[in-house]
Amino acid sequence: MNDNNELLVMRNITKHFPGVVALSNVTLRLKQGEIHGIVGENGAGKSTLIKVLTGAESLESGEIFLSGKGIEPKSPHHAQLLGISTVYQEVNLCPHLSVAENIFIGRQPMKNGHIDWKEINKRSEEALARLNIKVDVTSTLDEYSVAIQQMVAISRALDTSARVLILDEPTSSLDKYEASNLFAVMRKLRSEGIGIVFISHFIDQIYNITDRITILRNGECVGTFETSGLPRGQLVAKMIGRELQDFESWVGAKKAKSETESSVTKTFYCGKQLGRKGMIDPVDISIAKGEVMGLAGLLGSGRTETARLIFGVDKADSGKSYIEDREVTINSPQDAVRLGMGFCPENRKSESIIADLTVRENIILALQAKKGLTQSVPRRVQEETATKFIALLNISTPGCEQLVKNLSGGNQQKVIIARWLATEPSLLILDEPTRGIDVGAKAEIQTIIVNLAKEGMAVLFISSELEEMVRCCERVTVYRDKKTIGELGKGEISEQGIMHTISGGHSGLAVGTNEP
Amino acid sequence: MKPGLKRGIASHQIFWPLIGLALLLLFNFVFTKDFFLLEMKDGHLYGSLIDILNRASVLMLLTIGMTLVIASGGIDISVGSIMAIASSSIAMLLSGKMVDVNGAQQFVSNISLGSALLLTLGFALILGLWNGVLVSYFGLQAIVATLILLVAGRGIAQLITSGNVITVYHERFFYIGGGFLFGFPVSIFIVGAVFALTMMCVKKTPFGLFLETVGINRVAARFSGINVPLITLICYSISGLCAGIAGILMTSEVRSSDPNTMGSFIELDAILAFAIAGNSMAGGKFSLGASMVGALIIQTIRTTIYSRGVAPEIMLVVNAVIVIIICSLQSERVKTTIAKMQLKLGKA
Amino acid sequence: MRIRIKSKYTSLVITIGIFVALLVIGSFVYDNFFGAQNIVNLLIDNSFLIIVALGETLVIISGGIDLSVGSIIAFVSMLTAYLLTTLHYNPILVMLIAIAVGGVVGLLHGILITYFNVQPFIATLAGMFLTRGLSYVISTDTISISNPLFVAISEYRIPFLFDSFLSIGVIITLFMLLVFIYIAHYTRFGRAIYAIGSYEQSARLMGLPVNRTKVLVYVLSGLTSSIGGLVFSFYMLSGYGSHATGLELDAIAGTVVGGTLMTGGVGFVVGTVFGVLIEGTIQTFINFQGNLNSWWTRIAIAVLLLIFIGVQRILMAKREQKKSVKRVETIERAAGAD
Repeated sequence: MNDNNELLVMRNITKHFPGVVALSNVTLRLKQGEIHGIVGENGAGKSTLIKVLTGAESLESGEIFLSGKGIEPKSPHHAQLLGISTVYQEVNLCPHLSVAENIFIGRQPMKNGHIDWKEINKRSEEALARLNIKVDVTSTLDEYSVAIQQMVAISRALDTSARVLILDEPTSSLDKYEASNLFAVMRKLRSEGIGIVFISHFIDQIYNITDRITILRNGECVGTFETSGLPRGQLVAKMIGRELQDFESWVGAKKAKSETESSVTKTFYCGKQLGRKGMIDPVDISIAKGEVMGLAGLLGSGRTETARLIFGVDKADSGKSYIEDREVTINSPQDAVRLGMGFCPENRKSESIIADLTVRENIILALQAKKGLTQSVPRRVQEETATKFIALLNISTPGCEQLVKNLSGGNQQKVIIARWLATEPSLLILDEPTRGIDVGAKAEIQTIIVNLAKEGMAVLFISSELEEMVRCCERVTVYRDKKTIGELGKGEISEQGIMHTISGGHSGLAVGTNEP
Repeated sequence: MKPGLKRGIASHQIFWPLIGLALLLLFNFVFTKDFFLLEMKDGHLYGSLIDILNRASVLMLLTIGMTLVIASGGIDISVGSIMAIASSSIAMLLSGKMVDVNGAQQFVSNISLGSALLLTLGFALILGLWNGVLVSYFGLQAIVATLILLVAGRGIAQLITSGNVITVYHERFFYIGGGFLFGFPVSIFIVGAVFALTMMCVKKTPFGLFLETVGINRVAARFSGINVPLITLICYSISGLCAGIAGILMTSEVRSSDPNTMGSFIELDAILAFAIAGNSMAGGKFSLGASMVGALIIQTIRTTIYSRGVAPEIMLVVNAVIVIIICSLQSERVKTTIAKMQLKLGKA
Repeated sequence: MRIRIKSKYTSLVITIGIFVALLVIGSFVYDNFFGAQNIVNLLIDNSFLIIVALGETLVIISGGIDLSVGSIIAFVSMLTAYLLTTLHYNPILVMLIAIAVGGVVGLLHGILITYFNVQPFIATLAGMFLTRGLSYVISTDTISISNPLFVAISEYRIPFLFDSFLSIGVIITLFMLLVFIYIAHYTRFGRAIYAIGSYEQSARLMGLPVNRTKVLVYVLSGLTSSIGGLVFSFYMLSGYGSHATGLELDAIAGTVVGGTLMTGGVGFVVGTVFGVLIEGTIQTFINFQGNLNSWWTRIAIAVLLLIFIGVQRILMAKREQKKSVKRVETIERAAGAD
C-alpha cells in the first residue's frame, strides 16, 4: 500500500476532546527528501495532529506508518527514539546549559564512568557544522539568539537519528536573514533524504520553501497539493473556506476609493507609528467614535500585538498615542482603563476569566478597578449592574452568584464583554470575541458589537472569521507578516476583498508568484 | 441539576475546620477533666477554653497576615523575626528608671507607652513594606525576599537589646498581655479588633476582591486595570504589622523580651494554620474566619497534648504529620483520584 | 570570544575573589589572622555546614529547596548519642544507621514533592518539624557521647602545612566535595539536575528521567545532612535536640553567596564551599573584633545575601529583556493556537 518513497503516513486520524472534534479523518503523507507544509487557521487541527504524531496526545483512531512500519508513539521521547523529532516555536531546550550539553543531554558519551566532555564538545561542533553553523559550544545556550538556538535544537534532533523533522512555526521569532539561513539548512537536509514537516502561517514562506502543502480546516483535511500548482488566492480560500470569485469588478471599485473618505466621523483614538521590536513593525491606526474598525489577517499577522500596544499591555518602543487629539502615555492597562478603554483579550481562560469568582464579581471587576481602592461599588449597585447586563447580553446563568467557571464558553465571553461595558468605555477592543462559541451566541455578540457602535462607542474588532468582519465592520485594516498592508473602506469590505488583500492582491508583494 | 447552586452550610470553607475543632473539643470534653469548666475569680474568667483562646492569640494574629500574603500568591517566612524585632523594640523603648513618688519607688519609662507602641508598630510596618517592595517592585521570589529578613531579623533584634534578655517593668503595659476586660483576657479583644478591621478591609472595600483576583489569575487582574504591585505591597505590610502586634502582645505576656528565641519557627505554625483552614497554598480565594479556626485547632491540639501528659515535643511531630496529610490531600493527584471515585459512586 | 567563556564562571570568580579579599583584609587588620591554623580552623569549624550545603546546592540547582538539613543534623546527633551512650550499640553500626536515617527522610521529601505535588518548601518544612520533634522525643536534654571510637575520631589531628592540623571532619568534607564535583559535572544524574532546574518542561520533553532525578536529589540531600550530622557529632561529642537550629539558613545563604541561583539551573558546588567559608570568615572577623557581638554576623550575612540576590536579579532582568519580547509572544501564541 505504500510508496517506496513514502517516509511517513498518518492515515484517517481522528481525535476527540470533551465536546470538540479536533481531528476528523485526517491523512498526511510525507515523502523522503521532501519539505511538506501544513497550513490552517486557528482551531484547524495543526497542533493536535502534530501532538498525536509525537505522542504528546494519544492516538485515538487511525494509523501511523514510518517507512512502512506501523508505530504508535507514546510520548515525545518515544517518538524521538523512533526517529521523529520536533523543534517547537519556543525552543524546548535548557537555557542555562551549554550548547554542546543541550545537544547531548540524557545521552552523554561516557568514558571510564564519567562524562566525556571533550567528546561532547567535539561531536556537537561536528553536528552544528552539518548545518553550516560554527559557535562556541561551551557557552550557555541563552547567550545566543533564538535563530541559533533553533539550530541547536535541530542538531539535537538530527544527532538522535531523526528521519522526520517537524518544525512548528520556526520562523515566528526570526528576522528575514535568519529565516533564509534556516531555509538553506532545510534544503540541505532535504537533499540528505530527511522528511521535513513545516508548519507555518507565513504564506510567503510556504511558497518559498515547501514542495507540497496539506491544508487543514476545522479538523478536516481539505487536501494535499503541489505548492507550485496552487495559486495563492486558492490557498487562502481553502484555508478560510470560501471560494474566490471574479475580481474585476472588485478591482474597479477599489481604484475609485477616495483616501480621505473616513474623516467624516470623529476620531477617538489615534496611534502613530506604534511598534515594538520583535513584535510588530510600526503601524498607524485610528479608530473613530460610532464606528466598528476591523483588523483582518491570518493568525500571527500582528493584530493582537497592535491591540496589546494600544491597551498598554506591552510597552511600545516607538510611536505615540493620541486620544481625541491629545497626546497620552499608556504604559499599563490601568492607564488605558482610566482613559476610557476596554479590552477583551484573545485567550479568555488565561487572560480574562477569574474562574473561581462569581458572575457578579467578574462583571464589576474592571468598573471597580477603575474606581480604585477607596471608592467601593456598593453591593446593591453591583447586583443591579450584573442583572442589567445579564439581561442585556442574554447571559444564560441561574443567577449572578453563579461561579463563572460553570458557564459555557459563549456566556463566559459575554461576561467579559459585560465587564467592560460596565465601565462605559469610549473605545472597546475585542480580540476574537466569538472564538469557540456556538452559532447562536456568535450572532448575538455580533449584534451587540454593531449596536455599541451605533450608540457612539469606538470599537476595534479583531477576528479571523471574514463573515463576521464583513457583517460588523465599516473599515478594515489588513495585516500580514506583522505589518499593515492595506485598508478597506466602506464600499470595499467583502470577504473576497479581504482575502485578496491578505494573499497579496494588488499590494505589490511579488515574492512567491502564483498570481491569477 | 443546576451546577453550583447547592450552596448550603457545608459549602462554606469554614465548615470543615469548624467540624475539626468541634471534634477536638468533644474529645477533650469526654477525656479531659474539667475541660469546659469556667470559673470567675476576681472578675476574671478562667478555664481551659479561655486558656486556649489566650494562647492562640499570637498565632491568630500572625495567621491573619499570612493568609493575605499566601492568598496573593506569595509567602512570608520573616514574621517570626519581625515579632522578635518588635519585641526588642518595645522592651527597649519602655526602659526607664525607678523614681521616688510619694515615698515609694515607682517605675517610670523614658517615653510614654503610647509613643513606644506607635514607634514599634511603625517599625514593624516598615519591615513589612520592605518585604513588599522587594516582591512587588523588584520581582524577587517571595520566599527569597522574606528569607533575607528572616536571617537578618534575629540579628537586628539582638542588636537592639545588645544580646540581652530585657525585662520590662511598665505596669500599664502588662495590661495588654495579662489584663482582663469584661472578664475576658485583653488579648482576645486585640485579636478580635485586628480580625474585625482586616475583615472590613477585605469585605467592605474592593481590597478583598482585588486580592482574590490577583491570587487566582494575575494576568487577568492586570488586564482588568488592577494595580497588582500595590495589592501585593499592602499584603506584606499588613503581615508585618500583624507580626509587630503579636510581638508586643507576647512581650507583654511574658514581661520580657528574649531576642534569641522569640518567634522562632512560628511562621511555620502560621502556614500550618492557613493550610488546615482549607485555604489553597497556591493562592486565590481565602477565608480569614477559617484561618482563625485553623489557628485555634493548632492551639487546641497543643493543649490537648499537654493535658494528656504527653511530652510537648510530640507537638512538632504531630504538626509535621498534619502538614503532610493536608498538603497531600490538596494535591492534584489526590483530588483527581477523589473526583474519579465520586464519579464512580455517582454512576453506581 | 574570551568574554563569553568567562561569563559562565563570573559568579564563581567573584565569590572566590571576595573570600580571598576578606582574608587579605583580615590579615592586615588583625594580628594572627592569616595564621595557617586559623584558616584551617575555618574548615574545621564549618565542616558539617559545608557538607550539608553541598546537598542543599544540588537541591536548589534542581529548582527546589530543603529546609530540613539543620533538623536532620540535630536528629542524627541525638540518635547517635542515644544509641551509643544509652543503648551501647556498636559505633560502626550506629554510623550506618545514622546515614540511613537521612536517606529515608530525603526519600519522604522526594516522594511528597514529586508524586504528591507538595511544594518543596512545605514538604521539607514538615521534615524539619518531624526530625526535630523526634529528636526531642528521644530526649529533651543533651546526651554526651563518650564512645571511645567517636572520641578518638573527634580528637584525631592530621598534620598539615605550616604546623597546622586538620580534623577527620575536614577530610570527610574534602572527600564529599570531590564526590559532589563528580556527581554535578561528570554524571548524567548531575547534569539532569541542572537541566530540570533550568527548564523542567524541556527536560521532560528531552526524555530525561525527571521524576526519578527529583526524588534522588532529595535523598542525596538527606544523606549529606546525616553525614553532616555525623561530623557534627564528632565535633560536639553530644546529642541535643536544639543543635544546629537555623543551620538550614546558613546552608542556603552559603549556596546563594556561592553563586547558585535560587531559581535553579545555575550553580557550582565549589562556589558553595567558598560561600560558606565567607560566612565563616565574617564570623571570625567578629570574633576577633571582640567588641562586636555575634548578631552582627546574622546581619552581615543577610546584607551579603541581599546584595547577591539583588545582583542576580538585575543580571537576570537584563538577560530577559533581550529575549523576553520574543519569548513572551511565542509562548502566548502557542497557548492560543488550537
